Amino acid sequence: MTISLKGFLSFALLLLLATLIFGVLSSFAFLYPVYFNKFLPFYLLRPLHVSAAIFWIITGATGCIIYYRKEVFEVKKETVFIPLFKITWVLTILAVFISYAGKQFGGKEYWEFPPILCIPLLVAWLFFMLGYFPLWEKHDNKMSAYSIMWSTGILFFLITFIEQNLWQIQWFRQSYLREITVQWKANGSMVGAWNQMIYGTFFFLMTRLSGDETLARGKKVYFFYFLGLTNLMFNWGHHIYNVPTAGWIRHVAYAISMTEWLFLINIIQGFKSKLSERRKLNHFITYRFLITAEIWVFINLLLAIAMSIPAINRYTHGTHITVAHAMGTTIGINTMILLGGIGYMIGIERLTARAKRILTSTHYVAQVSLGIFWLSLVIAGILKGYRSVAMNITDFQLMMKPVFQVLTVFAIAGIGLLAGLGAIVIIYLQAIWNGIRIATDENNKR
Amino acid sequence: MFKKIWISLFLAFSIYTALVYTQCDAGTAGSQPNDLDKSITAGRDIWQKHNCQSCHQLYGLGGYLGPELTNTASIKGSKYMSTIIKYGTGRMPNFHLTDNEVENLVHYLSWIDNSGNTRVAKENVHWTGTYILNDGK
Repeated sequence: MTISLKGFLSFALLLLLATLIFGVLSSFAFLYPVYFNKFLPFYLLRPLHVSAAIFWIITGATGCIIYYRKEVFEVKKETVFIPLFKITWVLTILAVFISYAGKQFGGKEYWEFPPILCIPLLVAWLFFMLGYFPLWEKHDNKMSAYSIMWSTGILFFLITFIEQNLWQIQWFRQSYLREITVQWKANGSMVGAWNQMIYGTFFFLMTRLSGDETLARGKKVYFFYFLGLTNLMFNWGHHIYNVPTAGWIRHVAYAISMTEWLFLINIIQGFKSKLSERRKLNHFITYRFLITAEIWVFINLLLAIAMSIPAINRYTHGTHITVAHAMGTTIGINTMILLGGIGYMIGIERLTARAKRILTSTHYVAQVSLGIFWLSLVIAGILKGYRSVAMNITDFQLMMKPVFQVLTVFAIAGIGLLAGLGAIVIIYLQAIWNGIRIATDENNKR
Repeated sequence: MFKKIWISLFLAFSIYTALVYTQCDAGTAGSQPNDLDKSITAGRDIWQKHNCQSCHQLYGLGGYLGPELTNTASIKGSKYMSTIIKYGTGRMPNFHLTDNEVENLVHYLSWIDNSGNTRVAKENVHWTGTYILNDGK
């Protein structure tokens, strides 16, 4: 691994650590704003947390692609575009955090920094595309599911990132309905784009762990790829069901979202084979990250399908159920796959027995905390939905009173999550810079 | 075969995107093509500059710390909004906005209020599970 990639991956992991720290601080600022307003107000902590999370996911995803594409496309000499991407990307993200520190905002939801910084981010992404697509296009292995998914994610990130910035053209803002529709079309599809990049890495790792390349090929794999792509393109409307746009936007999104049942049925059908797969591969720490991600896919898919039914969305929209889904997917799925992907490339399978035990324990701490964290958000969401829609309580403080109590559990579980995932980040950083202490038979027995 | 399916899907996506951009608010009461004055755009800039979306929601989208603001203008009135924005509350910091800035922000929120209702009435839920909303407001 090159020094520049080591630096890039370390930056990604530090973004994860920042996400966790800002997340814990945000949750307490949410519960006790009076104590935080003077120095670290919630309106500052939230964008710090959200931007760190988004940049962790995208930086981690690109880091995995940069590394694994070398093997897949048999890269002998790196092009100049990848270092250019890394430098531009990292420096712009640092500029984003400096802007936040100076309380400089001006952007829209999830991208709240001054919009001028979107220009270097866009330039960086174009460098990344130039460093990826010529290799993909030339190579025989371009039809494996993972390389197709990487390519799709990279392309659609560009499209949705540009779309996300269309609000800067005045015509898109003349009608608020148009502005909010285009914004959430872009946001919704962008999640699909980074999911394609990350699930691509998931497929790659599964083929390498099992030694079975057919996992990334075949009619069924391609069918689910196209189903995922269709959902990326058309299944974003649940964000704006309650916005009084033309009805067909709602109906198309509702119809497409119901195809997600096929993903769910596929997971259930594959449950038996997963059991035998687990018996074979469970000794790989990387596999444990991946199987955890699969469990979270199942849980969050159930929630996503429920939220995609407008009659149910009427109760869940604007509540913490949306947050549960967002955090369940970004931590439970994306982060677990990325930690598996980064871990595999830095050689966590060769850690000493002691380090492996620590990694396994912290992984469990993170999962239990995430479970409590996720469940409290769902309960908070149900309470808010019931009290605002069914009981029609309009006074905000009165409506939120029991919700805040539940969110205290959520904030405490967040500390557990910080401890569990934070320890994994530290182990990874040590492994990246000090090298893996290869386990000998002797210390494996201990 | 793979390529054909991919190109067809991408074409469908492109056409759908064009339709969304041009027709998403067509025929709705929320369509507001010509009523953007300087005060509203100034209010919109203040909303983004102070990152109000971190704590407040519009159409249920945004933060969770403070109340949903889509229809506050018609429910609580502009005087109530001006007072809260001007002085803050225990939970909401005082942003030290000028009277003019407060007025612009109230105009912006009133403009959003005119685009529709954030709450969907029970009567609008169709038996198939979807919503049938005939007009914006």
